[in-house]
Amino acid sequence: METTTPAAPPAAHPGGAAPGGPAKPAAARRPRVRGRSTQWAAFAFLLPLVAYLLAFYAYPLYRNVDLSLHEYTVRSFVQGGAEFTGLANYRDVVGANAFGTALRNTLVFTFVSIAAQYAIGLALAVFFRANFPLSGLLRGMFLIPWLLPLIVSGSTWAWMLNSDNGIVNAALEAFGIGQVNWLTDPGWALTSVIVANIWLGIPFNLVILYSGLQNIPDELYEAAALDGANAWQQFWRITLPMLRPVSAITLLLGLVYTLKVVDIIWIMTTGGPGTSSTTLAVWSYREAFGTGLPDFSPAATLGNLLILMALAFGLLYLRLQRRQEWS
Amino acid sequence: MTAYRTRARRRARWQTALGILFTAVLLFPVYWMVNVSLTKTGNMRADPPHWFPRDPTFAGYADVLRDQLPALTTSLAIGLGCVALTLAVAAPAAYSLAKLRPRGATGLSFVLLAAQMIPSVVMAIGFYAVYVRLGWLNSVWGLILADSTIAVPFGVMVLTAFMAGIPQELMHAAKIDGAGAWRTFVSVVLPLSRNAALTVSLFAFLWAWSDFIFASTLSRNADAIPITLGIYSYIGNNTTQWNSIMATAVVASVPAAVLLVVAQRFVAGGVTAGAVKD
Repeated sequence: METTTPAAPPAAHPGGAAPGGPAKPAAARRPRVRGRSTQWAAFAFLLPLVAYLLAFYAYPLYRNVDLSLHEYTVRSFVQGGAEFTGLANYRDVVGANAFGTALRNTLVFTFVSIAAQYAIGLALAVFFRANFPLSGLLRGMFLIPWLLPLIVSGSTWAWMLNSDNGIVNAALEAFGIGQVNWLTDPGWALTSVIVANIWLGIPFNLVILYSGLQNIPDELYEAAALDGANAWQQFWRITLPMLRPVSAITLLLGLVYTLKVVDIIWIMTTGGPGTSSTTLAVWSYREAFGTGLPDFSPAATLGNLLILMALAFGLLYLRLQRRQEWS
Repeated sequence: MTAYRTRARRRARWQTALGILFTAVLLFPVYWMVNVSLTKTGNMRADPPHWFPRDPTFAGYADVLRDQLPALTTSLAIGLGCVALTLAVAAPAAYSLAKLRPRGATGLSFVLLAAQMIPSVVMAIGFYAVYVRLGWLNSVWGLILADSTIAVPFGVMVLTAFMAGIPQELMHAAKIDGAGAWRTFVSVVLPLSRNAALTVSLFAFLWAWSDFIFASTLSRNADAIPITLGIYSYIGNNTTQWNSIMATAVVASVPAAVLLVVAQRFVAGGVTAGAVKD
C-alpha cells in the first residue's frame, strides 16, 4: 500500500503534466530544454521502481553481506551489536565437513536437472513442431507442472515415492523389483529430488524451445528435404545450430534457477537423510530457518557463496558467447 | 496424390496418439493427486494401490472446507495485494524505460536481470533480518511486500517489451493534443497495454499464491497463514490423512488451472517474454 504513494507524485503533482506543457513552446526554440524536461518525467516515472529496488533488493542484500561478516547470535540479530569477524564465517563454512557433500550435491542436482530438462524439453518441442490434431491443447496441458504450487507437486511426489504405500514402488513390485526407499535411503534421496525437479522444469524448457523453433524458417527444412537429408540429419544440421542462441539462454536461466532451488528439496526430504540431499541453498535455509535455533551468519554466508557461483557461471556464459562471436 | 494425403493423415493420427501418451505420462502425478484425494482413508494403504478412485469419498474435500478456508482467503488477499503492488511499481517504470528513454536505462535493465538471480533463501534471510527489527513478521502485508519481489523485475521486463511496441505516432498525437507524460501514460499507454498487464497480473498472483519460502520464513507463527503453509503443516500434523492433504493440494491448484484455461496464450507468452528477448 505504501508504494502507491511514490507512484502518486506525477498524478497529484500537476508538475507531472507540466514538463510536457510549458516545455512545449521552449521545445520549438531549443530542443535541448525539451530533452531535459523529458528526462525529469522519465525519472519521476522510474522513481517508484528505483525506491523499491533499493528498499527490497539492495537493503536485504546488504543485510546478508553484513550478517556474513559478523558473528551474529539470536540476541544480537534482534538488538544489534554483533562482533565483526571478517571472513571467518566463510572459512568456517568452506572448511566444514558438510561443505564438500553440499557442493557436490549442488553441482549434481543442477547439472543433471538442466541437462535432462533441456533434452526432454527439446525432444518434445521438436515433436510438437509438427502441427497435428490436438497439438495445441496437449502443449497447453504440458504447462501444468510448471504452474502448480511447489508444495503441491512436492507433496504429491513425496507420496508417490513413499516406501510402503507409494505408487512407484507398487509399480516396480509388479516387475519383481523390491522396495526402494526413495526418500529415506541416503543413496536414493538425491536421485528422487532430481527426478521431481526435472519433471518441474520440462514445461519451461518446452515452451521456450518451442517458441525458438517457430523462428526457424520452414524453407530451410524444405531445402534440406530436397537435398535428401533425413529427419535426423535435419535435426543436427538445422534445428540444433539455428536454436543455439535460444538454447544458450534456456540453459543459463535453468542454471541460475536450479542453483537456488530450496522448496522442492525441503518439502520432499528436508535435505536428508543426513546431508545426502542437502545442496548449498538447502543448507543455508536449514541454518536460518530449519532448526529451532536460527544461525543466520553461516546461512547468509552460504547464500552469498551461491550468488558468487551464479555470477561466475553468468560471466563464463558471456565469455563463451563472445568467443563464439569472434570465431 | 491421394496416397500421399492418406499417408500424411495416418501420420498425423499417430502423432496425436503419441502426443496423448506423452501428456498422460507427464501428467500422471497430477492424476495421482486427484486419485488419492478421492481415496478413502481405509484404502490408502491398499497394496497394490487402487489405480482408479473406485468407491470415491469426498471426506478429504470436506476437511478442506473445515480446516483450510481461512488459509485460502489469506492466500487470495496476498495474491491480489501482490498484483496491485507489482503493477503500481512496474507499469510506470516500464513506460519510462520504453518511451521516455531515461539516462541509465541499460544499467537498470541489467540490474533487473541480475535481481532475478538472487537466491530466494538470500532474500528470505534479508527480509527476516529487516522485519524482525521492524516487527513486521507474521503480517499479511509483510508477505505481500516480500512476494512482490518475485514478480516486479519480470513485470517491468514484460511491460517494457510490450510498451516499446506501441507506435511512436500515438505518443506524438497525444502530445499534440496537449497531453503531458502522465496523461499519455494513463489514457494512451495503459489502456493499450492491457494484455501485457494481464499477463503480469496472472503471474504475480500465481507466484504469490504458490510461494513457500517467504511464507515459511516470514509468516511461520502467523494467525493467518497462506495455503502453502496450510498444506505444509497438514503434512506435519497428520501423515495418515493423505486424502485430506491431497484434496487441499487439488484446491490449491485451482488458480493454476483457471489460469491455464482462461489465459493459456498469455501464459505461454509470458514465459517466453520473460526469457527470450530479441
